[in-house]
Amino acid sequence: MTSTYIEKEQSIWRLCLVSTAAITLLGIIIWKILDLQVINNEILQEQGNRRTVRNDVINAHRGNIVDRNGQALAISTPVLSLWLNPREMLPNQQAWERLSVALVDIEVNTDVLWNRMQANAGKEFLYIKRRLAPTEAQIILDLAIPGVYSQEEYKRFYPLHEVAAHVIGITNSDDVGQEGLELAYEDWLQGSPGSKQVLKDRRGGVISEVKINEVAQPGKDLVLSIDSRLQFLAYRALKEEVTRRYAAAGTAIILGVKSGEVLAMVSQPSYNPNNRINLTDEAMRNRAIVDLLEPGSTVKPFTVTAALESGLFDTQSIIDTNPGYIQVDGQTKKDPVNYKEVNLEKIITKSSQVGAIKLGLAMGEVPMLDVLSRVGFGTAIGSGFPGEASGVLPNHSRWSKSDIATLAYGYGFQVTPLQLAQAYMVYANEGLLKPVSLLKTENAVVGERIIDQELARTVNSMLETVVSKELGGTGVRAAISSYQVVGKTGTAWYYNVGGGYDTENYNSYFAGFVPAHNPEIVAVVTIHEPKGEEYGGGQVAAPVFKKIAAGAMRILNVPPDNEAHTHDQISMQYTLPELNQPGIRGEL
Amino acid sequence: MSFGLRDLSRRKSIWESLHIDFPLLIALLILLGFGLMVLYSATDGNLIQLRRQVAFIILSFFAMLVVAQVDVHNLRRWAPEMYVGTLSLLVAVIFFGSTSGGAQRWLDIPFLPRFQPSEIMKIVLPLSIAGYFSKRAIPPRFKHIFWSMVLVLLPAALIAIQPDLGTALLIAVSGIFVLLLAGIRWRLVFSFVGVAILSSPALWVFYMSDYQKQRVKTLINPQSDPLGSGWNIIQSQTAIGSGGVNGKGWLNGVQSRLDFLPEGQTDFIVAVLAEEFGLIGMLFLLILYLVIIGRGLYIAAMAQDTFSRLFSGSIILTFFVYVFVNIGMVSGILPVVGVPLPMVSLGGTAILTLMVSFGILMSIHTHHKSLIP
Repeated sequence: MTSTYIEKEQSIWRLCLVSTAAITLLGIIIWKILDLQVINNEILQEQGNRRTVRNDVINAHRGNIVDRNGQALAISTPVLSLWLNPREMLPNQQAWERLSVALVDIEVNTDVLWNRMQANAGKEFLYIKRRLAPTEAQIILDLAIPGVYSQEEYKRFYPLHEVAAHVIGITNSDDVGQEGLELAYEDWLQGSPGSKQVLKDRRGGVISEVKINEVAQPGKDLVLSIDSRLQFLAYRALKEEVTRRYAAAGTAIILGVKSGEVLAMVSQPSYNPNNRINLTDEAMRNRAIVDLLEPGSTVKPFTVTAALESGLFDTQSIIDTNPGYIQVDGQTKKDPVNYKEVNLEKIITKSSQVGAIKLGLAMGEVPMLDVLSRVGFGTAIGSGFPGEASGVLPNHSRWSKSDIATLAYGYGFQVTPLQLAQAYMVYANEGLLKPVSLLKTENAVVGERIIDQELARTVNSMLETVVSKELGGTGVRAAISSYQVVGKTGTAWYYNVGGGYDTENYNSYFAGFVPAHNPEIVAVVTIHEPKGEEYGGGQVAAPVFKKIAAGAMRILNVPPDNEAHTHDQISMQYTLPELNQPGIRGEL
Repeated sequence: MSFGLRDLSRRKSIWESLHIDFPLLIALLILLGFGLMVLYSATDGNLIQLRRQVAFIILSFFAMLVVAQVDVHNLRRWAPEMYVGTLSLLVAVIFFGSTSGGAQRWLDIPFLPRFQPSEIMKIVLPLSIAGYFSKRAIPPRFKHIFWSMVLVLLPAALIAIQPDLGTALLIAVSGIFVLLLAGIRWRLVFSFVGVAILSSPALWVFYMSDYQKQRVKTLINPQSDPLGSGWNIIQSQTAIGSGGVNGKGWLNGVQSRLDFLPEGQTDFIVAVLAEEFGLIGMLFLLILYLVIIGRGLYIAAMAQDTFSRLFSGSIILTFFVYVFVNIGMVSGILPVVGVPLPMVSLGGTAILTLMVSFGILMSIHTHHKSLIP
């Protein structure tokens, strides 16, 4: 009995001792828990959030680009990009098999995707396919395959396809402007992306959206001065001619005379901005603004202007072009035929080289350079267009006779087609220089007077004769019924980069405006390296100008100013080359 | 004299006649309910797993009731046979056991559900050692201590080579508790501890495998291998800490629900609880365990004979060790050992074993009271 009692006391005592030890140990646990949950709580909470709380980007809607009438030129439509999480997908063979089957419908090569996934095994993000139509992407999302996610993005769409590609430009796959006005007005068009806080699990899958940190600010719309109808018109007319003549390239520009706005601007060759495969720099160049050309005979109205301003000549002055050629510094320049004694008007009508050279040599380079720089040559237009060229006027330390002669008939310096159009707009505005704008202008544009109004009118009347059949003008093919066209042809040898002129290849131009009195549009057409028998500005560029001018008058509802012109003039033109071969030949 | 008076005045309550200990029952039910709540969150509402767990809980509950009806002295009589039988099963595991997760622990016997013999040993071992000492002089002689140690180490070694070091250690501990309570001399206890400490470098070099060494290193500095062996402990500490005082609320635990916490349903379920219920939830859990352990110790202290006292004491102290080792490992006090949180972690058989042992406690407390003079 006693022994049992002692025995019991003994083991109860032990029990108490062990219990005390146990409570001590529990105390250690409680201390540790307190340490984690109360003392170091904040650090650990922050650590925890760092694992799970992430900020994701909300893409902003890029501003639309519209034409002057509100027609869409570039729009962003919401699309879904599908992506997968390799860390989630790779171990899940079943999910991959389901995905592979579904991917056939959206034309994704599963072998390629599998290899990419292997290569990015440690990553959490891999695009499956970007910019799918929402309905298309939803079919795959509805399968609820683990590890497959979507991201909302915007896809840029250009409703006019090739027609306005050069002006508008394109964006890259991240919706950032790469070319053209998309690039120039990037800050304006681009919205500011928002961000949202999301919870992500260990494999990077988004579990839920916690809150929106910042709402995405959509970009602003851009209203261009372009008129889609005229753009189409110019595009079709230019492309037809470039194709027919197997020409290397071409440009066509229409400016609104009153506002200085660019109503149409096209280049050939063009590209489809909606399909970026096979894009080449050649096709993507907006030649109307970026390319420099020697203006050739289109410069003669400025030579004549300088001559009139110099006081050495007036409309009655007679210039003797006998014997149809002239020697300058040992070089012979000649007209196709001997025009004999001509006045200033006839120099323009026939585009006489000898006449222009004689004017130039008589007055020297200073008055000519003055006029050329006043109408805007050698100065950038300031359109803001990326890669805009300004060209330079010649600046010789000592001007030889040959240099002066060259300047008088439009060689030795380079201009862009848009500069040429702006310069002709000065005559359309009877001596006022107006800035050129690619954006729609809200207020009336007041020009700067740079040429005397009377003088400008005089030159305009001379330019009217260029399209006159009766007077044997070089640009007869530019004439249209019911409207008096004012303009000038030009044909320039193609200047090789290596040096020297290529006598086989030409650039042909027509620059002018219509109608003659109270003009609405200025248009410039340039066609580069046309192939075949015909290559002159009056043969190749003038018909394009005619189509553009006639179409523009109809589209813009311009009242006719020349009822006298009859429809039979059109049929007459086809006989003109034979009738007036020397004149066309002589327009250099 | 008060002893006799109380004895006379005492009337058997309804619980006593049903052989159920009411305080223990209530604490267990609350713990199981709370555990299921946490598990629901930890499994992300996986009903298949939850249904299995509930089924096991119900089964275990009835097993507990049945075991409570059995007088432990009947068990004691069969202890040698049960010991030999379970030991044979452990040997059988080595030859015929099925492998899962790199360890050979399970036994497939026709017409029986798949089970781990080591689970049975958790009850049979303390039963056998307590039985062994109940017939021998107390405090025990050295000879008896030696043989009892053989009885302890034999099954522990068989389980350790499965390998399941955690269970092996816990089973050994349950046997050693019997020795401790039996009155083994402190001198002996301390010399054991001394030998253990002195031999630990040898263990480190010759016995412990690389992953075990890594676990110990990780305990000292989890950041040494944050994406490897340190991952679990860093994640669990982050989860516990981010719960703060009030917790994030039920089903709102981010770390566990978003897959950052490994084994959130089994060994690391405490971290889920701590993140969602905070310090308050943790204290609630610890109080529940304390109530159960306290009641268990009371039952052991009140036990009428040496065998019952040793057996129940060992059971409840082993239960405490489970709780301590699990929470200690999840909170970063102890190295990572595969020990589930008793009564809460996913896993039916563990709950069945525990409930059977609580049945034994209830039986000890409700049988033979009247036999005392």
